[in-house]
Amino acid sequence: MPEMHRTKQARDRYNFLWEWANPVKFMWFSGLALPWLVAATVLTMAIGLIWGFFFTPEAANFGSSVKIIYVHVPSAFMAISAWFMMLVASLIWLIRRHHVSALAAKAAAPVGTVMTVIALITGAIWGEPMWGTYWAWDPRLTSFLILFLFYLGYMALWGAIEDPDTAADLTSVLAVVGSVFAFLSRYAVNFWNQGLHQGATLSLDQEENIANVYWLPLLFAMAGFGLLFVTLVFIRTRTEIRKRRTHALELRERMADA
Amino acid sequence: MPELGKYADAVLWSWAATLGLIALLIVMTWVQSRKAKADHDAIEARRKGKES
Repeated sequence: MPEMHRTKQARDRYNFLWEWANPVKFMWFSGLALPWLVAATVLTMAIGLIWGFFFTPEAANFGSSVKIIYVHVPSAFMAISAWFMMLVASLIWLIRRHHVSALAAKAAAPVGTVMTVIALITGAIWGEPMWGTYWAWDPRLTSFLILFLFYLGYMALWGAIEDPDTAADLTSVLAVVGSVFAFLSRYAVNFWNQGLHQGATLSLDQEENIANVYWLPLLFAMAGFGLLFVTLVFIRTRTEIRKRRTHALELRERMADA
Repeated sequence: MPELGKYADAVLWSWAATLGLIALLIVMTWVQSRKAKADHDAIEARRKGKES
């Protein structure tokens, strides 16, 4: 009996998390959080980007091109993180059938796509002076390109299926499959050493990490990009919830008129 | 403006592309959000009008 009691207590303790999947609660909470999120995003991005662009020295091996790191690394990090967020939200949809989680995954896809495009473009521009080419079929570059194609496929699938629950089911499966490439995009450099791309820029290993003078503004830039992602996903999820509610009310009106 | 030397083109194009794409994403998100809210408010108002 005490065991059962403890299990129920533990379940109740975590049940409050699922309450946030209620659309009304999500709209209330996100409405309160958004002004703070916008302010934190603007502040951290401004600090990271201004510090990185104007107040960092040239690097011995990269010259002033090191300043590209402040847009390339945060966007690449967010491209992969966005897909993992979509994976978690998709799994919640598949297991618990919470509509807000499916809509949050849908809302994150365009943001993740733009982050992937930024990482690919800035990587190509940086690659030309460093490697002598805009593009190479390097493991990390190739896995990033495939990740970009997965993002496009994910959004196309949402658009192609009329029934929202079926669309959520199929896109969730695609999110699970695409996670392999999101994982490869992050760790391809460690698996295959023959590529041109360097190893991790940020690492817990002090010897691998970049110098502090570049690292601190980079941390701010990454926090800024992360907050930008959360802010945009909140706004886009609210948009999706409103669209779904509007659609439901339109259907009800048509049925009443018929 | 910092001295960018021979990498000026690469640095400036990278930053311009990034800021341009982020600005486009923010504007699109904002416009879609405003439209969804306007559509939602209109149908809610119509529904409440019919009820009262």
